[in-house]
Amino acid sequence: MDNIITVEGVSKSFAKHKALDNVSLAVPRGSVYGLLGPNGAGKTTLIRTINHITAPDTGTITFNGHRLTAADTATIGYLPEERGLYKKMKVGDQALFFARLKGLGKAEATARLKEWFEHLEISDWWDKKVEELSKGMAQKVQFIVTVLHRPQLLIFDEPFSGFDPINANILKREILKLRDEGATVIFSTHNMASVEELCDEITLINRSHNILSGSVRELRRRFSDNSYEFSYDGSQDAIRAALQPMTRNMADAPTDREGLRRIIVNLHDSSDLPLAVAAANGAVRLEGFRALLPSMDDIFIKTVEAANLKTPVQQ
Amino acid sequence: MNSPLAIIIRREYLERVQRKSFIISTLLMPILMVALMLAPAAIMLLSGPENKNVAVIDETSQKIGQRLNSEGELTFTAVATDPTEAMANEDYDAVLIIGSDAVSRPDDIRLYSHEAASMQTESAISSQLKNIIENERLKSYDIDNLGQIMKEIQADVRLETFRITDGDTSETSSLISYIVGTITSFMLYMFILLYGQMVMTSIIEEKNNRVLEIVVSSVHPNALMMGKIVGIGLVAITQILIWGLITTACSMWLMPLVAGAASATDGLDIGMLGSPLYIMGLFGYIMLFLVGGYLFYSSIYAAIGSAVDNIQDASQLQSIAIVPIIVGLIIGMTASQDPSSGMAVWASIIPFTSPMVMMSRIPFGIPAWQIVVSVVVLYASFLAMVWLAAKIYRVGIFMYGKKPSFAELIRWARYK
Repeated sequence: MDNIITVEGVSKSFAKHKALDNVSLAVPRGSVYGLLGPNGAGKTTLIRTINHITAPDTGTITFNGHRLTAADTATIGYLPEERGLYKKMKVGDQALFFARLKGLGKAEATARLKEWFEHLEISDWWDKKVEELSKGMAQKVQFIVTVLHRPQLLIFDEPFSGFDPINANILKREILKLRDEGATVIFSTHNMASVEELCDEITLINRSHNILSGSVRELRRRFSDNSYEFSYDGSQDAIRAALQPMTRNMADAPTDREGLRRIIVNLHDSSDLPLAVAAANGAVRLEGFRALLPSMDDIFIKTVEAANLKTPVQQ
Repeated sequence: MNSPLAIIIRREYLERVQRKSFIISTLLMPILMVALMLAPAAIMLLSGPENKNVAVIDETSQKIGQRLNSEGELTFTAVATDPTEAMANEDYDAVLIIGSDAVSRPDDIRLYSHEAASMQTESAISSQLKNIIENERLKSYDIDNLGQIMKEIQADVRLETFRITDGDTSETSSLISYIVGTITSFMLYMFILLYGQMVMTSIIEEKNNRVLEIVVSSVHPNALMMGKIVGIGLVAITQILIWGLITTACSMWLMPLVAGAASATDGLDIGMLGSPLYIMGLFGYIMLFLVGGYLFYSSIYAAIGSAVDNIQDASQLQSIAIVPIIVGLIIGMTASQDPSSGMAVWASIIPFTSPMVMMSRIPFGIPAWQIVVSVVVLYASFLAMVWLAAKIYRVGIFMYGKKPSFAELIRWARYK
């Protein structure tokens, strides 16, 4: 799979503060790429350099195989974290203005806008002023502005903030649809549930450094502590005795809805799983088992805390 | 017309010109200006002396009190009663007592009034008395044909001024030049301040609602800044063109009437204002210096706007722009009294003050080379200033939360 954008050794400093320090990452074409990190880690600065809004001090950004230029912004769509629309301007005029800045002709932009407004059921907002819209409504307009010129690369900074669950779902649906149509999506968020749901790969930025990159599935496996949940019917003591040799840790979990007992075990090694299954099967009537993968939340907290321990804040 | 710069200019322009506030202020401003000019006259008219009935108690042998003419609101009534009695009489607003030796000792004249006597009443009475006493004293010299001599030596000086230009002499009126210079200089001051601040406010607003980030993800920050400066500048030009049209129309139809009336009454020659050619030439200069001054100062304002988060924070940095504009206006005002002084000449070349000072000097007629130098310096300074402003702007628009100092702005300009 080729990469639509590659960031290599990018650093960016402001007056007294290093916002990015030798950050590298690669975004595969057609993926949904998560950009995670605590507040103030440097995500927005990274997004701005990818957007060609600010230039990195050192390092390169490669877009579609060539060095990123100003002309490439026509094929990038950007939804900033804090939404920006002219308050006094009518919704339709405003969307048209931004579309034309991205190089769309007037007729084409109007046609596409009408289509999108209909699709998101906001056609009657066309002549309203932005200041009359609620925050969520303005978000929808902003989303359309971001995607209207059919960019190859979409960058969403905290796209779900300010949306109610219904509209957040519509947004998720649209993001996945855009991906299926061939666009690449980068989004930064604090919402880890949406990362598990949407992202193929992620990068975790902490204190100006890239501290973790990889596919979500692989990372969850890598950070797995070999936890498994067994559901069974039978004696608690029997299963505990049977599993004892290959586990580090065991904990009973509440019975499930069908009345089956559950136990969570930490195996010494994932290769011990067949052995554990066999042993449990001999002791009780084993109904099922599943791997408990760490949530992205856990991975996030664990990695950031470990990184912070290693390099305490420099004053 | 589809370059990003053109799209931004169009938005900035249409957004403002279509606003109700623009339409109203454009139409209302001339009315307000006229009202402002007429107001002092109107107030004077209203506050003039009310009808005053003055009782005159004349103790002189020459009976000079009888020669007081009732004029305007003043009515003099000779009474032969006791002063206290006259003062008690409510029919009289004031009592004038002319002492018996008033001709030789003019300080023996007293005015008593129920309310404080107005300046106008006082000066009207004393100037009449002055003439009467002077005549009386002259008479005591016993000169023959005195009346005729006095009539013959009276001189009414009225100075006509001419300016020597190449070839012919043209008639000018320095009073008119003074008025025109002062008004246009003030107009430039107002426009530069108003529209420069509009650029600043608009940038702060964009920065606050983060529209900026979306725009600069599509176009270069310089295009946004230039688009804004040019777009708002076009709004200013539109406004002044509308006013120019109104003024030219007025001067063509109204001026001949007013001029006739004015020169008949107090010899004020405003005939040159009646010529459309003169008005048009004047507007040409106004445009030239307005545009130059606006471009120069709006670049400064753009840099300031990009550096702060809200108007309150801007007030301190704004002095960078406001102080020289006001200094320019003040020098402009003095320059219209002495348009060829060294300070006026230099201030009309330095770009910070040149638009205002030049406008107040031009109506007097100044060497062409000075105008050329001034214009060239002004526009060249604009280019330098906009270059500097763009550098500050590019850094400033992404700085939030901290109010930068002037030194920091300079440091930003040095960033790569």
